[in-house]
Amino acid sequence: MTALLEMRSITKEFPGVKALDKVSLTVAEGEIHAICGENGAGKSTLMKVLSGVYPAGTYDGEIHYDGALAEFRGIRDSEDRGIIIIHQELALVPQLSIAENIFLGNETAKGGVINWHEANRRTEELLRKVGLKESPTTLIDSLGVGKQQLVEIAKALSKDVRLLILDEPTAALQENDSQKLLDLMLELKSQGVTSIIISHKLGEVRYVSDTVTVIRDGMSVSTLDAKAGLSEDDIVRDMVGRDMSDRYPERERKAGEMLLEIENWNAWHPEHAERQIIKNISMNVRAGEVVGIAGLMGSGRTELAMSVFGKSYGRNIDGTVKLHGAPVDVSNVPRAIDAGLAYVTEDRKHLGLVLDETIRFNTTLAKLDNVSRKGVLDSHAETQVAEKYREALRTRTPSVFQKVGNLSGGNQQKVVLAKWLNTAPEVLILDEPTRGIDVGAKYEIYAIINELSAEGKGVVMISSEMPELLGMCDRIYVMNEGAFVGELSAEEASQERIMSLIVNE
Amino acid sequence: MTNSQKGIKAHLAGHMRDYGLLFALIAIMAFFQIVTGGTLMRPVNITNLFLQNSYIIIMALGMLIVIVAGHIDLSVGSVMGFVGALAAVLIVEMDMPVSVTMPICLVVGGLIGAAQGYFVAFWRIPSFIVTLAGMLVFRGLSLWLLEGQSVGPFPREFQILSTGFVGDIFPAAWGTGLAQIFGARNFNVLSFALGLLGAAAVIQMGLKSRARNAQYGIADEPAGLFWGRIAIISAAIVFLMFKLSTFRGLPNVVVTMGVLIMVYAFITSRTVIGRRIYALGGNEKAAKLSGIKTERLTFLAFVNMGVLAALAGMIFAARLNTATPKAGFALELDVIAAVFIGGASMSGGSGKIIGAVVGAFIMGVMNNGMSIMGIGIDYQQVIKGLVLLAAVFFDVYNKNKQA
Repeated sequence: MTALLEMRSITKEFPGVKALDKVSLTVAEGEIHAICGENGAGKSTLMKVLSGVYPAGTYDGEIHYDGALAEFRGIRDSEDRGIIIIHQELALVPQLSIAENIFLGNETAKGGVINWHEANRRTEELLRKVGLKESPTTLIDSLGVGKQQLVEIAKALSKDVRLLILDEPTAALQENDSQKLLDLMLELKSQGVTSIIISHKLGEVRYVSDTVTVIRDGMSVSTLDAKAGLSEDDIVRDMVGRDMSDRYPERERKAGEMLLEIENWNAWHPEHAERQIIKNISMNVRAGEVVGIAGLMGSGRTELAMSVFGKSYGRNIDGTVKLHGAPVDVSNVPRAIDAGLAYVTEDRKHLGLVLDETIRFNTTLAKLDNVSRKGVLDSHAETQVAEKYREALRTRTPSVFQKVGNLSGGNQQKVVLAKWLNTAPEVLILDEPTRGIDVGAKYEIYAIINELSAEGKGVVMISSEMPELLGMCDRIYVMNEGAFVGELSAEEASQERIMSLIVNE
Repeated sequence: MTNSQKGIKAHLAGHMRDYGLLFALIAIMAFFQIVTGGTLMRPVNITNLFLQNSYIIIMALGMLIVIVAGHIDLSVGSVMGFVGALAAVLIVEMDMPVSVTMPICLVVGGLIGAAQGYFVAFWRIPSFIVTLAGMLVFRGLSLWLLEGQSVGPFPREFQILSTGFVGDIFPAAWGTGLAQIFGARNFNVLSFALGLLGAAAVIQMGLKSRARNAQYGIADEPAGLFWGRIAIISAAIVFLMFKLSTFRGLPNVVVTMGVLIMVYAFITSRTVIGRRIYALGGNEKAAKLSGIKTERLTFLAFVNMGVLAALAGMIFAARLNTATPKAGFALELDVIAAVFIGGASMSGGSGKIIGAVVGAFIMGVMNNGMSIMGIGIDYQQVIKGLVLLAAVFFDVYNKNKQA
């Protein structure tokens, strides 16, 4: 078989980060090629290079497509050559019909006037091909995610696709919808369409793919032949196999009395009431313990934390939260704070900070009672509180009157931490506490976590970086598709164990 | 360049907005003082300026809070007209005592605000739409209430809300004595004394806050700027109060307005609830996750706006001594313009009470000055529109330059 696509030693740098480092990828004509790797390994960046989102010239290396050097200057360029990418977040307009979406930007029109007859007829044909029994005039709004995925594929087929790229196509799908989609991929393969699938679900990868390329830390690690039979362990080992050095400060590990207990916790999607996002989860945290929650993006970790923290996510939430053995009311955020919980968000810019305001303003925001009397603020008490945390957390800033929007990611994270430490919580839930911050700042955040644990606070740490969980936690819960699929002690835990718990549902 | 000069320059650049607004007001007043041949600063005109703009300033206080919270209220002109009409119907047609009517009107204003706030806060309907509906509804209801007619006149005790003056408590001999010294026909000693007192308070509070900042090692504005600013503000207070003293003294409505400005400046800058409103407007989701009851706060912002619009409506009706179906027409735009000229951001989270007040005065002085000059209403609108655009452009330009 000849190669349809050859990406040769692609290197892509962003300011300060090498996202891709001499990655090579060869996709044969007519095969299904899987790309596997951890979150942030560089899979999506690679696909953006391929589809021209990062145009030729902004990366090093060469792309050979269909036997010739290809230099795409934008998505339009690559689409014209038959390379169609379907992103994880679907790009459909919900208020338009199936036919309108399929021909959006590519209308069957003459002189600007759309021939709806023709559009609907061709849509019906395409829908038949992907096995979707819906009228072309149905609004996207009324379709489930699985069917929307099929509409995306029909849209790709309408453009004479030669190389179809699916980025985590089944992440949001139910079991039977996923199966349908995978079978459709095989069907398209038999019609001569080449596909690339990016997926975490190794079962699916084994089911559809002919070849697997594993990417880790922006480098292509291995290319495996799947036709000869491939075990999931082989893939996992390549995905996570990196050495762990002492990037984590030492901590004396001792678990005290029981602090937080969550029992039989359930929550449903706020808009799609039929989708259960959190499935009967029970967990506990002892004083001085750092407990990790591992899982892939979209596994429901953030949703779990936010639903516990004042029902900030989801609907029809039920279950019990206990502190020191007694049930506590966490039905809204002020009550959760009073109960002794704090949630440090993964999305500090949108959910954690008021960026236009000062460090002082943000530090005291969640506990203004401490710096006010009868509703009147004492600005000097505020300054003192802000200064206290600036020193304790070693936030690097000229003064606490600096706007937080001007700080670096690591220092912003310290301000969010300061805000929550100021509420004197007993249990802190840290959601991706080191996301998007540099190595030095990460170490400082780890040191702060250790100090909190030494003070006898309970810490729940949600992270997509497995080495971080392994380095920091006393215990790790493994989460997948809204449920806990395992619990590992620090001694038992390894990246392979966690990965295999996730992929062997 | 010396160090202190550098400090002044840097500080000016950082606080361009605050100083710029003050200078703009001074420049506009100076300009109109010259082109109107001194008419602008005549005691009677200064008194008029206050009377003409009091209800806009009072509503701008509420509007600032609504805008800081990330919303807008288009209905205030209509609500103001409606409440004025309600007061007229209750007092003139139903012979209700003024002391009963006024609380009723304020409560009605609060209820109107509550109704609008309910849809905005708890149903998340955009405030633009809710208050646009309110604008139409209350415009219609005022017409209905007044049956298309003007209703008046009001009894004296209602009129004094707007056109009354605070009487002098000092011996009359002092007044005549001072009047002779200053060559005026009469002189209200109380107003002038209050002016001196106000100026002293400004200086005293400025020094106190400066001393505390120094104590805590907080960088403050350079001494030159501090004294310059304090001198201008206290001189302006003494000057304006002197002018008022040589006419009829301090209008009641200026007292109402002054007290409200101080109360709202205090609430927005020094209280927990004020702080939470800025957090809500700055980042609603973060505020909510920090334990702030964002819905309730939004609701209260609209209730407050309704009460202030009701007060403004009564002051307006009292000033005209009649309630007309046209009262308050398009006034919401002047109020909103004042707040934006005063530096508030459309996206919420920033803006100051004092800015909104100065913004309202800038609009007021321009209206007044252009009317004295005999400029037609057509040009007046164009010029006001351009000033609004220029003020906001200046804001955005400065922000981009800093970034």
